[in-house]
Amino acid sequence: MTAAISADGIRQRYGDVQAVDGVSLTVEAGEFYGILGPNGAGKTTTMEILEGVRKPDEGRIELLGMAPWPRNPKLLPRIGVQFQASAFFRKLTARETIRTFASFYGVGPKRADAMLERVGLADKSETLTDQMSGGQAQRLSIACALAHDPELVFLDEPTTGLDPQARRNLWDLLRDINAEGRTVVLTTHYLDEAEVLCDRVSIMDHGKILHTGAPAALIREIDDTVRISVASGQLSLERARELLTAAGADLATLEDDTVTLSVSTRLPAPVLSVLAEQNALRGLEVRGATLEDVFLQLTGREFRA
Amino acid sequence: MTATTPTTPKAPAPRGTSADAGGRERVSAFWSLSRAMLLGMKRDRTATFFILLFPLVFLVFFGGVSKGDHSPHAKVAQVGAVKLFDSIQGPDRAGLDKVLTITHTDDEAATLEKVRKGDFDALIKQGADGKVELRFTAADQVRAGALQGILNSVVQEANQAATGQKPAYVLDSQQVEDKSLKPIQFLTPGLLGWAVATGAVFGAALTLVNWRKSKVLRRLRLAPISAGTVVSSRILVSLVTALLQTTVFVVVATSFFGLKLTGNWWLIIPLVACATLAFMSIGLLAGSVAKTEEAASGISQVIVLPMSFLSGSFFPMDGAPGWLKTVSEFMPLHYLVSSAQSVLTRGGGVMDALPTMGGLLLFAAVLTGISWKLFKWEDA
Repeated sequence: MTAAISADGIRQRYGDVQAVDGVSLTVEAGEFYGILGPNGAGKTTTMEILEGVRKPDEGRIELLGMAPWPRNPKLLPRIGVQFQASAFFRKLTARETIRTFASFYGVGPKRADAMLERVGLADKSETLTDQMSGGQAQRLSIACALAHDPELVFLDEPTTGLDPQARRNLWDLLRDINAEGRTVVLTTHYLDEAEVLCDRVSIMDHGKILHTGAPAALIREIDDTVRISVASGQLSLERARELLTAAGADLATLEDDTVTLSVSTRLPAPVLSVLAEQNALRGLEVRGATLEDVFLQLTGREFRA
Repeated sequence: MTATTPTTPKAPAPRGTSADAGGRERVSAFWSLSRAMLLGMKRDRTATFFILLFPLVFLVFFGGVSKGDHSPHAKVAQVGAVKLFDSIQGPDRAGLDKVLTITHTDDEAATLEKVRKGDFDALIKQGADGKVELRFTAADQVRAGALQGILNSVVQEANQAATGQKPAYVLDSQQVEDKSLKPIQFLTPGLLGWAVATGAVFGAALTLVNWRKSKVLRRLRLAPISAGTVVSSRILVSLVTALLQTTVFVVVATSFFGLKLTGNWWLIIPLVACATLAFMSIGLLAGSVAKTEEAASGISQVIVLPMSFLSGSFFPMDGAPGWLKTVSEFMPLHYLVSSAQSVLTRGGGVMDALPTMGGLLLFAAVLTGISWKLFKWEDA
């Protein structure tokens, strides 16, 4: 089977900025693939090049075995693109919007309405798009990208700006889309989102892909740092440092943000016993490494969303 | 929290041909795109006001102001020397100037043609034998009669004076208001031209910039529809708008302001259609260059407003200096306004409209070609 996407050595420069600096990636058919990185990492430009709306300075790309640039009308019905900003016609209702976009693909109003129901907007079908909430607009945008039943779906930061409830609803929808056999490519600057949704993740920064792999595998690859936190006010920062050092704990970080006192360490046992001895276990949380730690490891700096 | 998602890519589930389930429905991208734009415009009250009602406000305003202006003047072209007129001096001359505007010309044939077209009400010349010849247009009986009366009295007075006798009878000539001089005959075509130009230029420019900014343009580009479909549906929307403006204008002007349409007035429809394409091409150019809606709106205004003034939309260009008239000859609106005047109120025929239509289409083709070169899908 041909890969859904194969890209080799993509480079794109805007003036002095090398936005994309030699990105190569392969996405298998049916895969849920994430591009993770902070703002300005080059994710969106990479997506635009993959979608075929931008011609890269260098590099070779194939989507479903076809070149996306120049504009290829044979390829277009097979891909669906959801936009970062909600790109709708002015003053139309949700139903009119999706019906209009569906018609461009020869998809009739019945199927368009069914897709609106699928994303849970049936009761909002008469609402003007500029009066919809952020989550509703995102769902409509995704519905518009899916109305023509594409094999390959591009989602650019679909959950940015949504409240936690709306994010989780959208995650369920995205998982369903993928479970139907569609290949999904998603960009996000939320580490948890990539961890929960993606089969494989590419971590991107400064226009380069630093590492690619399954989220769990990426996390396992780095040293097992454990993050231990308790509620603040039970033990002062100075006292904690003194006691933990005396107990021989290996401290990666130790900080108190007035809400929680947190410790990152490779050896959790001495830290936990010190906290237990001091009777400072209120609000205890012990957490394994996350993609955040992977990012820190790869770039040597904190992840800045 | 650790990752719970499977680490191996899922095998693609068998996918039903759900797009075909329930039978293919017939849809047309062209109609649905046109409908989307028309609905959007209809619901945008500000746009509706500026496109349909604002020009009418101007019509009412100008129509009302001009009504109070009782212009009694008849325009007479004097060919060569006319002793009868030239000899009148002093207070008598002032009295004559009150009722007649006399323009001096030398070319009799060209002036006669202008009389035919209605640019002058009459031509007057005096032969060597003292015979004063008056050639007037019979388009308006009332005016022609008034003019004859005035001149007759001037001739009689002159004859009487030549006898050296005191006149037994005195004729006091008074100005005669001529009904056909109603400003609405002039205002309707001019303001209609301005309204159509505004609607089409702004419509095309703002749509293009708005679509590019909101990424609707990108969505259209990623959909398997042709550029021709997008362009032609936008043209349809502009044509519908322009013809709606024309209908409203002509209906309001005839019903409330006493506009009298002449024989071939229907020619305004193809004229407005061709002009709409020309104005759209200006808007397309503005929208291709502009990055923001504000810029597009500014560029459009900078083009439309001076063009409207120079094209005689608001007042006639008769008194303008020659170079300004030359500038106005490069404006598509100038041709629309003069042809519209010709077919709506001056009894012009197909031959008055056809060259203008051809010129407008040519203009549209050239500007669209330039826009094609400058067109950008994306902002950056």
